[in-house]
Amino acid sequence: MSSVQPIDLYARRISDEKQLSVMDGTSTGTDKRYRILHADYPDPDALRRLAGAIKDHTLQHLDTYLDAADRALTANGAQVHYAADAADARSVILAILRGHGVTRLTKSKSMAAEEIHLNRFLMDNGIECTESDLGEFIVQLDDDEPSHIVKPIIHKNRREIATTFQREGVADDYNDDPETITRRARVHLRGKYLAAGACITGANFVCADSGRLVLVTNEGNTRFGMAPVPVHIALVGIEKLVPRECDLAVFLNLLGRSATGQQLTVYTEFIAGPRAAGRPDGPEHMHVVFLDNGRSDILASDCREILRCIRCGACQNVCPVYRQASGHAYRSTYGGPVGAVLTPLLAGADFATYADLPKASSLCGACREVCPVDIPIPDLLLRLRHQAHREAVPSPGAVPMSPFAKLATSPSLWRTAMTMSKAMNHLPVQVAPIAPLRNWLGSRTLPESRGGEFRKWIKRHSNHS
Amino acid sequence: MSATHARPVGKRVLLMGTCLCDAFFDDVARATVEVLEHLGVEVLYPEDQTCCGQPAFNTGDWDASRQVARHCARVFVGDLPVIVPSGSCAAMHLHGNRLQFEQEPDDDIASLAARTWEVVDFIHNGLGVTRWPGRFDTPTRIAFHRSCHCRDTGTGAAARALLSSIAHAEVVPFGQAEQCCGFGGTFAVTFPHISAQMGSLKIDHIRDIQPDLLAGVDMSCLMHLDGLAAAQGRRVPHKHVVQILRDTLIS
Repeated sequence: MSSVQPIDLYARRISDEKQLSVMDGTSTGTDKRYRILHADYPDPDALRRLAGAIKDHTLQHLDTYLDAADRALTANGAQVHYAADAADARSVILAILRGHGVTRLTKSKSMAAEEIHLNRFLMDNGIECTESDLGEFIVQLDDDEPSHIVKPIIHKNRREIATTFQREGVADDYNDDPETITRRARVHLRGKYLAAGACITGANFVCADSGRLVLVTNEGNTRFGMAPVPVHIALVGIEKLVPRECDLAVFLNLLGRSATGQQLTVYTEFIAGPRAAGRPDGPEHMHVVFLDNGRSDILASDCREILRCIRCGACQNVCPVYRQASGHAYRSTYGGPVGAVLTPLLAGADFATYADLPKASSLCGACREVCPVDIPIPDLLLRLRHQAHREAVPSPGAVPMSPFAKLATSPSLWRTAMTMSKAMNHLPVQVAPIAPLRNWLGSRTLPESRGGEFRKWIKRHSNHS
Repeated sequence: MSATHARPVGKRVLLMGTCLCDAFFDDVARATVEVLEHLGVEVLYPEDQTCCGQPAFNTGDWDASRQVARHCARVFVGDLPVIVPSGSCAAMHLHGNRLQFEQEPDDDIASLAARTWEVVDFIHNGLGVTRWPGRFDTPTRIAFHRSCHCRDTGTGAAARALLSSIAHAEVVPFGQAEQCCGFGGTFAVTFPHISAQMGSLKIDHIRDIQPDLLAGVDMSCLMHLDGLAAAQGRRVPHKHVVQILRDTLIS
């Protein structure tokens, strides 16, 4: 087994171009977030703690709030469905689409849809599904995977996108001017909106008191998507609930600022229900599919705080490991700190496959500092490392710790080892077949051992004073 | 992570020298003693001390780390303040132990958390020293690396206040200070590429301000950064904050 972790190996192999795109996008995001939050609020941390407390309360009473949301949605004229897992959600959605005779649809950006691999499934079942978020549209054209929660193509630059557009026939020629790229995508997508029979969205929030769905975008694509179609399907993780509409004041103010450094996203849709008397716009049919897919198990675990997440991506932007490795290194829908926690948990029985993700952190705590809902991410990473150890999941490069514990609980052995460590100063440590030492010395020098010197000094010092 | 309770302050303290100072950085432990004694504090050094247990804790082997933490708590038993020249080891007592002993509360562990101070935090916020009676011979630009374990403790502000008060000293901010240096304990050897990239970026930002001195409160970060910088042929002179306090003292 390698002495190095998979994510480190991945980071070594990514191109300089990709790494630069990720580094630029993330550091800009981090700076913008910091500036706007501190310019607009005297104590942004107090706001983060409040948002965390509201989410925590909601999760503690999730059964109650889910019932309330169900009642309110139903009263508004929406149909509510429940999906226990990904397969369940896919077949519920397919049945709705078949019921309405839909063969083409547009879909706005939804992490829940990514999580259940909805696109591929619909295409395999003969339904044309076009991503309407510009980033996701490009991902779809490239048959790629999104690598960031809010900036799915953070790993690409405009030259790559211009090449894709030309290759896929979205444009007749190569042009990497961002405005031209956007205009060309818009022309292409207009046709898709008009030909669609349904629109699939996620939801950023669902208010339990009113059943109102909240969707935020910067491109207005959900508004376009819903305008010409008779059917709207919203796929919503059960953790997306907030108790009251007034709670949105806290979350919307934090979401835009944390995600993109905006006071508010350009478009914020509040959807009260399907078209009805007094609501002349929008689809006649509204379906809300609540997705569990492992969330109830997470709620029962000691990592439940991760369900507070509002998918802003601030932890990805600030994470030094994400910046070096990119989101794709995490082999899952969710990358970065939130993904390192969420992915192994969502994997359920397949935990061991993703048990290396929580190791991909220096535990620096930058993620905890920026999280808009105050999730103690480093603590959760540590709990998952503990779980991986309990379940004896093999870990590349792991240094066995029981000899260390033996040494560190035997003071006289410890003192002897300290004194003996000075022998290292006279040994050719560079060629020692010890993986951790080799990995240290690969890029760094080692200081001279001074084992036991302080103990000698303090003894003399105490005798003299 | 910050201690919300009032921790004991007194003129008699226990020194936890840390395993890194035991093995490599004896002068940092010595400077801690000398600075505290200068302030009239009596420093006791329990001989049976070893390590806080953090290396095992971070790998997830909590059976091993709890054994070490229990040993540590027994060595430092009593009611005296426990002073540590490391933000990281202090964080292990203050926070890490709380996590790993959640399911099996331990009075000694709780007592250790209630008495632990990172040394610079202790000097400034415990003993109330706001200005340091020290002097550099020539104007000295200091880059202060606030290690990650001090993100929300009193240490960062304390170190900046004390360093800035030294005559001829200027603490100069550098870019992306919120970013980790890439040490992270075993992370440095199981993620050697990412760790080295993170460290190199940190060195870039530090060198951008052309400091005369790099100051830190964790020898682990400084060992990693200096090891990288040395291998790249671009070292920056570095010291632990307590070494600077001692070395600039006007006697």
